[in-house]
Amino acid sequence: MEAIVNQLPIGLSIAAVLLLIALGLTFTFGQMGVINMAHGEFIMAGAYTAYLLQGWAGRQAVLVALPVAFVVAGVMGLILERVAIRHFYGRPLDTLLLTWGVSLVLQQLARDLFGAPNVQVRAPEWLQGGVGILPYNRLFIFALAVGSVVAIWGYMNRTSQGRRMQAVMQNRQLAAVSGINTGRVDQRTFFIGSGLAGIAGVALTLIGPVGPALGTYYIVDAFLVVVAGGLGQLRGALIAAAALGLLNSYAEFWTNASLAKVIVFVVIIAFLQIRPQGLFVLKARALT
Amino acid sequence: MRNSAWRIGAAIAVLATGLAACGGEPSTTTGGTAAASGGGDTIKVGLLHSLSGTMAISEVTVRDAELLAVEEINKAGGVLGKQLVPVAEDGASDWPTFAEKATKLIAQDKVATVFGGWTSASRKAMLPVFEKRKALLWYPVQYEGLESSPYIFYTGATTNQQIVPGLDYLKEKGKKKIFLVGSDYVFPRTANKIIKAYAAANGMQVLGEEYTPLGHTEYSTLVNKVVAAKPDAVFNTLNGDSNVAFFKQLKSAGVTAEQMPVMSVSVAEEEVKGIGVDNIAGHLVAWNYYQTTENPANAKFVEAFKAKYGADRVTSDPMEAGYNAVYLWAEAVKKAGTTEVEAVKKAAGGIALERPEGTVTIDGENQHMYKTARIGVIEPDGQIKEVWNSGKPIKPDPYLKTYSWAGGLT
Amino acid sequence: MTTTVRNVVRVAPPPAGPSWRGRLRAPAVFVLVAVLALVVAPLLLEPFRLGLLAKYLCFGIVALGIGLAWGQGGMLTLGQGVFFGLGGYAMGMYLKLHDAGGDLPDFMVWSGVEKLPALWVPFENPVFAVAFAVIGPVVLAVLLGSLVFRQRVRGAYFAILTQALAAATVILLVGQQGLTGGTNGLTNFFDLFGQDLAADGTQRGLYIVVAAVLGVLYLVAWQLVRSRFGRLLIAIRDGEDRVRFLGYNPATVKTVTFAVSAGMAGLAGALFVPVVGIISPALLGVVPSLELVVAVAVGGRFSLAGAVLGAVVMGYAKTSFSEQFADGWLYLQGALFILVMTLAPKGIFGLAATARDFVVSRRPRTGRPLMSTGTADIGGPLIEAQEPRA
Repeated sequence: MEAIVNQLPIGLSIAAVLLLIALGLTFTFGQMGVINMAHGEFIMAGAYTAYLLQGWAGRQAVLVALPVAFVVAGVMGLILERVAIRHFYGRPLDTLLLTWGVSLVLQQLARDLFGAPNVQVRAPEWLQGGVGILPYNRLFIFALAVGSVVAIWGYMNRTSQGRRMQAVMQNRQLAAVSGINTGRVDQRTFFIGSGLAGIAGVALTLIGPVGPALGTYYIVDAFLVVVAGGLGQLRGALIAAAALGLLNSYAEFWTNASLAKVIVFVVIIAFLQIRPQGLFVLKARALT
Repeated sequence: MRNSAWRIGAAIAVLATGLAACGGEPSTTTGGTAAASGGGDTIKVGLLHSLSGTMAISEVTVRDAELLAVEEINKAGGVLGKQLVPVAEDGASDWPTFAEKATKLIAQDKVATVFGGWTSASRKAMLPVFEKRKALLWYPVQYEGLESSPYIFYTGATTNQQIVPGLDYLKEKGKKKIFLVGSDYVFPRTANKIIKAYAAANGMQVLGEEYTPLGHTEYSTLVNKVVAAKPDAVFNTLNGDSNVAFFKQLKSAGVTAEQMPVMSVSVAEEEVKGIGVDNIAGHLVAWNYYQTTENPANAKFVEAFKAKYGADRVTSDPMEAGYNAVYLWAEAVKKAGTTEVEAVKKAAGGIALERPEGTVTIDGENQHMYKTARIGVIEPDGQIKEVWNSGKPIKPDPYLKTYSWAGGLT
Repeated sequence: MTTTVRNVVRVAPPPAGPSWRGRLRAPAVFVLVAVLALVVAPLLLEPFRLGLLAKYLCFGIVALGIGLAWGQGGMLTLGQGVFFGLGGYAMGMYLKLHDAGGDLPDFMVWSGVEKLPALWVPFENPVFAVAFAVIGPVVLAVLLGSLVFRQRVRGAYFAILTQALAAATVILLVGQQGLTGGTNGLTNFFDLFGQDLAADGTQRGLYIVVAAVLGVLYLVAWQLVRSRFGRLLIAIRDGEDRVRFLGYNPATVKTVTFAVSAGMAGLAGALFVPVVGIISPALLGVVPSLELVVAVAVGGRFSLAGAVLGAVVMGYAKTSFSEQFADGWLYLQGALFILVMTLAPKGIFGLAATARDFVVSRRPRTGRPLMSTGTADIGGPLIEAQEPRA
């Protein structure tokens, strides 16, 4: 019984990490059908941004890095979109291979720029310690995830840009004939989606390694959240992340880490049998 | 076909890239036969480590140390009057690639010996290649024991030179209840079997045993389990990046080295930098060598290494073992008067050299080394301070035959 | 780019289209390649290089399956490694038991296993092992396919699902050390059906077996694509709903194709193990699976020959690049993908066809239809790179 109570906050904190890494993907994947395998490397870029900012921000680098990493990763995404991905709309599977190539190049680039070994990002003093079994840095990540969701929700529903984004997501052609510059919307989406990866990267420096392989550790999990949640669905990603986080923490508590991962995979595969389009489906009348 | 011309241009570009690959090929083929180890005035030696992929982080440092040794030996006149020519290959963190590249080094480059490997899996993959082709491999990393190939020299520690002393130390400090944490592969599983047998015979209690997949980064549940079990100490056989996540999350859960020290066997000076000293200072490690080990040979090694690779680089146990391997092989070749494998093997037994870790002697019987075990504590400056050592080099015993409690293990 | 404008499906001419010379050209090329592979290569290459070529050809067999499932059927499978691994482990288990000669395999001894696990017992029989190497993957693919395709999981979802399957399989294999050898996998084999595996003669024989199997499977796949079944498969790739409206069941067609490609991967795995001498979880994870898909893309996914060619070329490139400059391999591989995907989505074979079309279009037309694709696409019709949206 105690275990059930104890694992709940842990599960939610895992969920927060999953949500952060997957949030950006839901949009690039959902709106544009782009399977961005380089998303993990944008996360890595965010983490290295925090590392570099330590030079003058010292231990507060993590905080300073949040907006900077958003822009850095966002611009990287924008460049990728402009240079390559925009030629690939409507060919989601090709983008997968293309962006995988990009991710390989970025990994090697990180290795050449920062060296193969992991680098250290020191957490701010005020994140040391915690309440009960929940450390402050987990709470920080949780707050960051909630903040990101609220910001995205606000952007999508309260700004004209966001509403255009939704329009393109629902029906690209119709949006285009209604006078929306879909190219511009795509750029914006990609900027924001990649920028969110940068924020996730900064957050991950608090709990994990910072090295060239960083992205590869998270990318599969991120995709699973997106697939289980449904494309471009904020609430889908939210619920999927929460469910997978809790499942992970309980499964690991009662079995072990390896088996927990397998259980999560199996559950997702089984779940997609019941709801092949994920939790929430974008209602559309388009036919493939 | 509006832009056919454009596409054809692209075709040529892509094909040219492909041809570049083919064009490079013959040079290696012909180069391989040019200098067989017997003739000419050079001797080729193979260096086979992962230069790409997840293991590159560790293995590149060992290759650097081996290159340094080769350079030093060449400067001092080479071996048998011949200069050593290192041939580096990339194992790419992929075990079948190790087997393939080992074959290439032996069959095509005709190297006199190979220095290489890090993970047990890569060694296991290379072992049949070396045994079938009767070639020599020098393996520089501590490992799980239970192996003694006639064509491999093991210059890292076997279990009775690292894990057993680590346990002795914990026992001496009155740590009776321990928790085992490891990555899910051969070394941790075998190490933990040994630890459990040791614990059963020495009145220690193993409170839990947890494995995580390689590359795992989410340790909150595991840390929760460890904290709930309230052990006196944790024995950590995690590998690579997982250590970073584990120590960061252990630290933020409020666990200190005073209440619950973690004894690690795969964390050396190089890894401490990535984990962050804040997160790991005060915890324990078990090795045979530290950068701080006091010894004239070590002072020289550290100085030469920093001069060649930069003052911010550190030296570690596997690097030192790789560095030693080159010297030990060179010594054996000098003694044998030839690079011929069987003669070198025969000459190697009993060779003793003063190395940075102290005296290292080759045990001719199992081709492991006599090594001094050292327990260290991680200092706030990232260096490791020795707090205990075995006094004299320990005879290698890969099958733990001389330990009564280990009877059921092999 | 102009892909949306050129959303045109150009179907190859019916089999009777080209003249008899055109019809003979494809078999002629096939025979030429077969002679090169079976006779010339073993004579010219030294044993080490021949062994490498045998390895590439094993990957070529997997690539053939991927070409079938992805190029022809539009199912991007990122989990072929799983089937490859099933075949490889089946063969590895047999070899291990055979070498142990009644004792426990070495890794079980040091993993503390005392009795041969029941799962291993049937693999003492070589016939069972080889049969399982093919049937196991087929059964798994049918199970997975019938569930997944019936639910109309497709496109990106299918890709990510198969990727998750590969990731889960690796973790499972690594975790069961006593049963599977863990991360090390199975290695250190000595003897195959009484032949010493280290001997050059055995390796040469293995090479010829691999090349022959690839040739036969190629013919099978080619025939499959040319058949009515193949037409249906391509129709499903290009418009699954439309095929369904015509009264066909796409799920069955896709499942069968997926199963065939899985069987090929399994057989390739079984051949790979004696050739290379190891099977380990690293070989069936996400990355090797993806690498093969990319190799297919580089060769030309819309043609079966392109798929095989891609696997061989990429395997070769990987070996020689990593021998030349190890550090740069990732850059090169990455750059190659980006180039191929952006500039030549139809791969080397597509480029060859484009180049020929370019030349042909400058010449006065002959009786031959302009779009006839001759040997370059014996594997199937040319189609502009346009996949159904997920």
